[in-house]
Amino acid sequence: MTKTLRTLIHIMLAAFLLTGFAHAQGNLEINTPAIAQLKSAMQGRHAQLAPFYASGAVGLAHDGTVQLRDASLVPLPQRGAANNVIAAENADRAALYREIARANGNPSWEAEIRSTFATRWIDKAQPGWWVQNASSVWAKK
Amino acid sequence: MNMHRNSVLAGAAMMAAVLAVSACVTINIYFPAAAAEKAADHIIDEVWQLQQKDAPKKAEPATEKDPTK
Repeated sequence: MTKTLRTLIHIMLAAFLLTGFAHAQGNLEINTPAIAQLKSAMQGRHAQLAPFYASGAVGLAHDGTVQLRDASLVPLPQRGAANNVIAAENADRAALYREIARANGNPSWEAEIRSTFATRWIDKAQPGWWVQNASSVWAKK
Repeated sequence: MNMHRNSVLAGAAMMAAVLAVSACVTINIYFPAAAAEKAADHIIDEVWQLQQKDAPKKAEPATEKDPTK
């Protein structure tokens, strides 16, 4: 009986230690090859997107994507290219959110990671850029 | 009799172990909001190049153009 109790206590101790260890890890894993690749692709694309943010043609949506909010602000010959760059950016963003969730062993975190990013993109947007509030209403920062 | 009691205890210990382990898993799947925010900030700063610690200095004219050339 004492042996069983001792085993029990050991198991409980191990559980507490494990829990503490998990909590001590205050960072998410973001240093994977897949994440690095997405990051550098997005960094390279930013030069193309920045003028659209500044003109208000493209805004930062509350779902963590970028959206064409006023196509008339893009000169007609550039509209195709603008749509392509927006689509590519949104594909990379979706992959980024998915990859971060996966790299941390919890694919189900994807939606929460997306919404965390959505808030931070908007918070860090430059003054003059267009951002969307929770009710999908656009406003200029 | 004693053996029976031991097996009951062993069963209880097993159940406690399962509970303890599942409690760990439950704690682990809570979304770490603060860590996620930190990760997002880090990635956004890089993508938008907001905090360039080693920003490339503007190339200083190291050598003056030779007016004779």
